[in-house]
Amino acid sequence: MTDNVIRVLGKGKRPLIRPPDMADLRACNRDKNKQLVDKIMTEEEAIEAFVKNGDYIGVELYGTVRCPMSLCRALVRSGKKGFDLAGQGVHESDILLAADLVENIDLTYIGMEVYGVSPILRRAVESGKVKQVIEWSNGAITWRFKAAAMGVPFLPTTSMLGSDTFNYSAAVTVEDPFTGNPICLLPALVLDVGLIHVNRADKYGNCQIDGISGFAFEMARASKRLIVSAEEIVEPEVIRAHPQRTVIPWFNVDAVVHAPFGSWPGEMAGAYERDEDHYRMFVKAAKTAEDTASYMRQWVYDLPDHKALLKKIGDDRLDALRVQGQGGVK
Amino acid sequence: MSETQYSPSELLICLAARLVEDNAMAFIGTGIPMLAASLAQKLYAPNLIPVFEFGGVGAELEKLPLAVGDMRTFNKALFASSICDIMETAQRGFIEYGFIGGAQIDMYGNLNSTVIGDQGKPKVRLPGSGGANDIGSNCWRTIAIMPHDDRRFVKKIDFVTTPGYLTGPGAREAAGLPAGSGPYRVVTSLGILGFDEQSCRMKLLSVNPGVTVEKVVENTGFELLFADDIGANDPPTGEELRVLREEVDPDKLYR
Repeated sequence: MTDNVIRVLGKGKRPLIRPPDMADLRACNRDKNKQLVDKIMTEEEAIEAFVKNGDYIGVELYGTVRCPMSLCRALVRSGKKGFDLAGQGVHESDILLAADLVENIDLTYIGMEVYGVSPILRRAVESGKVKQVIEWSNGAITWRFKAAAMGVPFLPTTSMLGSDTFNYSAAVTVEDPFTGNPICLLPALVLDVGLIHVNRADKYGNCQIDGISGFAFEMARASKRLIVSAEEIVEPEVIRAHPQRTVIPWFNVDAVVHAPFGSWPGEMAGAYERDEDHYRMFVKAAKTAEDTASYMRQWVYDLPDHKALLKKIGDDRLDALRVQGQGGVK
Repeated sequence: MSETQYSPSELLICLAARLVEDNAMAFIGTGIPMLAASLAQKLYAPNLIPVFEFGGVGAELEKLPLAVGDMRTFNKALFASSICDIMETAQRGFIEYGFIGGAQIDMYGNLNSTVIGDQGKPKVRLPGSGGANDIGSNCWRTIAIMPHDDRRFVKKIDFVTTPGYLTGPGAREAAGLPAGSGPYRVVTSLGILGFDEQSCRMKLLSVNPGVTVEKVVENTGFELLFADDIGANDPPTGEELRVLREEVDPDKLYR
């Protein structure tokens, strides 16, 4: 090891969608309103107020679980476009890709889990419609959010090392100045806009999540603007009774949207199961561009808002999806 | 299917379930690993601690999860955590086994689940790493489960999504990956393979019912090593099939 120099051993060959700028994040956070103000609005109002063309956006979820689908559908309908996308995705990435809204992707996983490879991702990437695909692991992308959440420009990890996942990322390998071993440095990922769906929130944006928390904690803090949707809006007293349960505090949040069944056709821990029949229908439709377009018309474009979607699905079907208890065993 | 007949995936599930050691923490991915973990918990390793990447730890796998984040991954669990915490738990050495899959594997156990063809101009764009790279980097012993043919078992994979032994002995350590970690078993439709301690190359340990060593060789695109005494894997037992069909996956989600 040479004194005073950290030796760079390797660099991923893909570009950073946005280089880490912690001064910019700090300035943005300094300017945020920390007062307790009512931030309740509709999906459409939140997208209109806080999303711009060309934004770097992230969607938090695990698979189809706790996914802000009502926000994603509103985003598609808004006509805004040219986004860079970060995160890992299933149904929500598919509808954003199907609507041609994505320019570049920080990609960890986009697929249909047990139903296999996503034909929508295949069409979007193999045709060259998506300009750059930058590879990361699930751990790497969440640690990139964590670095931003910590307010530091990078975090070291032993993931990614030696692989093409590293070679086609925008990470850097250096000789660790403490041990002399190679270590992978992950650049902080600061989003323009984060979309997160939670079990409950108050009107100020204090959020509770039931069950596992995925990467909500980190992504909320890595977002310059944050739109939260919630199954249930509760009185601030409910939050104050159990402040240790607040995963995302109000000062990170710009908009709070009341979205019952907001994760549909995905699921919500302790509330409802995935609508497997609908998802299977989507998996089938995804196979061809024509059927995908028809699905998008029927379930996204032709509906004015989330309320209209819930009406189309119908109470009986929604009720049948409800579960008791966090384990999801009926 | 009758008591004695079984499907190819049922065989894979049973073989993988028999490999799991009791009281260990095992990183479980979607699909066959979930079925194998659940079957193992019911028959062979009642104290197996399933770990799911989005935060579920120590669940009782009563109902089969459909995905690594769904509510069944923390059914009666001891801990409902987050993805950072789980990946960090693997990074600091707690997790013994990691189950993974892939579209291609080479003789050093490197796996591809990212792309067929060139990453910038793909012939087939696959889902990407997901948690696989983290699991293959930081779990002590990884177990790959996949169908066995010469399109999947190839001399050179198109993309190293998940590191195995990379280019051979010492390569993982030289890259900075944790010492003493790496591929352990490959459970396939034809047999079970391990890795030679000296050369880090894939080695045939045992063959599945009705499979010859020649058939394994024919379906492998690289030169295999062979254990001194190649074993024969028992077919799924009546008990395994009964538990698998009646208790693990009664809704036939994975059949």
